[in-house]
Amino acid sequence: MATQPKNFGFGEDETMLRDSARKFFSDNCGADKVHRLVAGDPNMFREIDCAWDESLWQQVVELGWLAACVPEAAGGIGMPLVAAVSLAEEAGRSAYPSPLLSTFMSTFVLKACGTPASTEALGTIASGTPTTLAVTNSLGSLESGDTDVKVGNDGTLTGTSYYVQDARKCSQYVVSAEGAGGNGLYLVQAADPGVSIEADAIIDLTRDQAQLVFTGAAAVELAPPRAGAAALDAALPALLCLASADLVGAGEWLLQTTVEYAQTRVQFDRPLGFFQAVKHPLVNVMLEIDNAKSLTYSAACAMETGEDNALDLARMAKSQASDMGVFAASRAVQFHGGIGFTWECYVHLFFKRAMHSQTLLGDARHHRTILADSLIGRAA
Amino acid sequence: MAQNQSKDTAEQAEFRAYCVDWLKSNHPGRPPVKLPLGALELSDPEALKWLQGWQKSAYDAGLIGCDYPTEVGGGGRDGCQIIANQEMQRAKTPFLPNIIGMGMAAPTIFFHAQDDVKAELLPGLLSGEDIWCQGFSEPGAGSDLANQQTFAERDGDNWKINGHKVWTSLAHFASWMILLCRTDKNDKYNGLSYFVVPISSMLGKGVTVRPLIKMTGQTGFNEVLFEDLVVPDKYRLDEVGAGWKVAMTTLAHERGAGPLVTPASGGMSNDEEGSVSTNSASSLAALAKGQPRAGKTAADDPLIRDEIVKLTIRQEAMRQNARRASVPALVDHPMRIPLQGKLVATELNQDLAELAYQIEGVASSLYVADDNAPAQGQWPLAYMNSFGVTIAAGANEVQRNILGERVLGLAKSK
Repeated sequence: MATQPKNFGFGEDETMLRDSARKFFSDNCGADKVHRLVAGDPNMFREIDCAWDESLWQQVVELGWLAACVPEAAGGIGMPLVAAVSLAEEAGRSAYPSPLLSTFMSTFVLKACGTPASTEALGTIASGTPTTLAVTNSLGSLESGDTDVKVGNDGTLTGTSYYVQDARKCSQYVVSAEGAGGNGLYLVQAADPGVSIEADAIIDLTRDQAQLVFTGAAAVELAPPRAGAAALDAALPALLCLASADLVGAGEWLLQTTVEYAQTRVQFDRPLGFFQAVKHPLVNVMLEIDNAKSLTYSAACAMETGEDNALDLARMAKSQASDMGVFAASRAVQFHGGIGFTWECYVHLFFKRAMHSQTLLGDARHHRTILADSLIGRAA
Repeated sequence: MAQNQSKDTAEQAEFRAYCVDWLKSNHPGRPPVKLPLGALELSDPEALKWLQGWQKSAYDAGLIGCDYPTEVGGGGRDGCQIIANQEMQRAKTPFLPNIIGMGMAAPTIFFHAQDDVKAELLPGLLSGEDIWCQGFSEPGAGSDLANQQTFAERDGDNWKINGHKVWTSLAHFASWMILLCRTDKNDKYNGLSYFVVPISSMLGKGVTVRPLIKMTGQTGFNEVLFEDLVVPDKYRLDEVGAGWKVAMTTLAHERGAGPLVTPASGGMSNDEEGSVSTNSASSLAALAKGQPRAGKTAADDPLIRDEIVKLTIRQEAMRQNARRASVPALVDHPMRIPLQGKLVATELNQDLAELAYQIEGVASSLYVADDNAPAQGQWPLAYMNSFGVTIAAGANEVQRNILGERVLGLAKSK
């Protein structure tokens, strides 16, 4: 086992990047602004829209965040996973509507492919192309061997990918499709005439999600059959860390916002935070956030240094982050009282994002069930 | 550990080599009697005597009190106690018996006593010859520490002390006590003063020590009664009325947040052949594999499995939080993780032991004296004992107040 750095691999560069991201989001992506952007129409049956700030995204691209974890050989900066994790955390703290998380996830899947085509695709990410994963079947299966897309004899793709995150914000897709002998991974352009997007009507206002229907879509092979599924499996710890980081950031916003409300809102002649029925659960939210954050950093660090237990740690992180996200969101709504239950209060943005994130890549129980086999041994 | 060594100063590196060398030939070996889990549970005088012998030899060799000045019996070094602690831990030495003395009394005396009192008391404390206990808690001052009723009344150059202290670990062996008491009945916080008082030499002369029996049936702590105990004024620490401030020095060091590193050895397995560990999720998993449940074992029950994994996650998170707490760039508030420590660790232990009841099923009814008790009845014993630590040193409800007020900045709940 390699020596694990005490600082999880957060060197000076990673810390500076994180700090500049925090400032960037606080300057440009406050909850009021996000709310104006995405929560214009409360109608449950409104047209499915995909509101996001494309000029802000251009700034993100120019800051070089997409290149951060792309290897130098592919035209990136070659920073460790914790760099993307801390950016994802800051994005989560702002409920940032963008394909940032999806593009980071795609980056780590592409890195695991290890082919010339995947290196080329990484180069497009480094130069600013938003990219997402299309790897889920109609049942929402989390298995890398499951897909409803097939590779034709001519190398084109036909079938449907489900639950594709940020599909309408991305210009290319990393698609899992069944070829001869197993699942491969393929790069498909959003502009290809063989691709159509059917948007899902989702609850989370800060994301978009869709089905991608492929009818003879032109595809570049990133990893051949079987190797594609293996690359998805190999990248799983990174994907779980990134999803956890988004939840950790959301948790911090929910805690901070609720604490501020509990400091100022007066009932029975006292600020809410005076009452231990409010104070103690808020402390519990903080404990759960810290657990999720430390587990996420440790898993990201273990993934980077190639530890055997990286996947176990990442499952622990996602399990903890999922439960924490739900808990933090529920306490935030509850302690904001009547106003917390309304559309005008910003809390619902983060509540909905956390509820969406908790099931993304598997909820807490899913990961604990698998962890039990690893930690206790298989059940009889 | 390799990392620690590479960051040693020249003095630390030389001292580390010395410690390694000394420990090679001076490890005390296996104890002749069964030792409890820690110093606070000492009840057998033979075990205490053996441990005092170990502390004295480590002190004489310079491994204890390294960072205290030589004038008060210390080693006069800088940043070396942490080195000695690491090497004693690595050499798997027994624990040190004078835990309250070194962890709480010594730094308080060092920062607040007059010089001749430091020179008088610290050598015997650091060597372990004088065992110390702590007189903070009272029947009416538990979590509300400032509600002290034990009263010290000025009497010329002396003070006359009357009152009643409870939950006093080690008092039955103690030579000395750090004592928080009231000197002014009209001012809750500024009416407190802090003393060091003799115990064993004054038994029957104003001091009575009575053992308290825990809910487990074990002894471990005591109540101490003062009736007109006469104490010279020189044993007052800091100003009259400054007791609360002095007590904060004690509590900061108790939490490991004070400037002085507490001498600590340990690492020697306490386990005799076949003894039971009740402090980790993996020991629970091992227990579950041996306990029958619905035709299989408890380790095959999906709900039990989920609970074990939840506790494993909390245990791992606690470890990783400690790692993160040492990286200033990764914590928004410096006390956010340190102030969680006691709360999180004691609740984890309680929940581990509670789950053991369900894993053992009906057999959890069997206690330590029953030959059929799973794991020698240690899990139910650990569960009952776990309340000692969720209550002691500021009940966890008070810990949550502290976190909510000091870290989150919520209004004080009083």
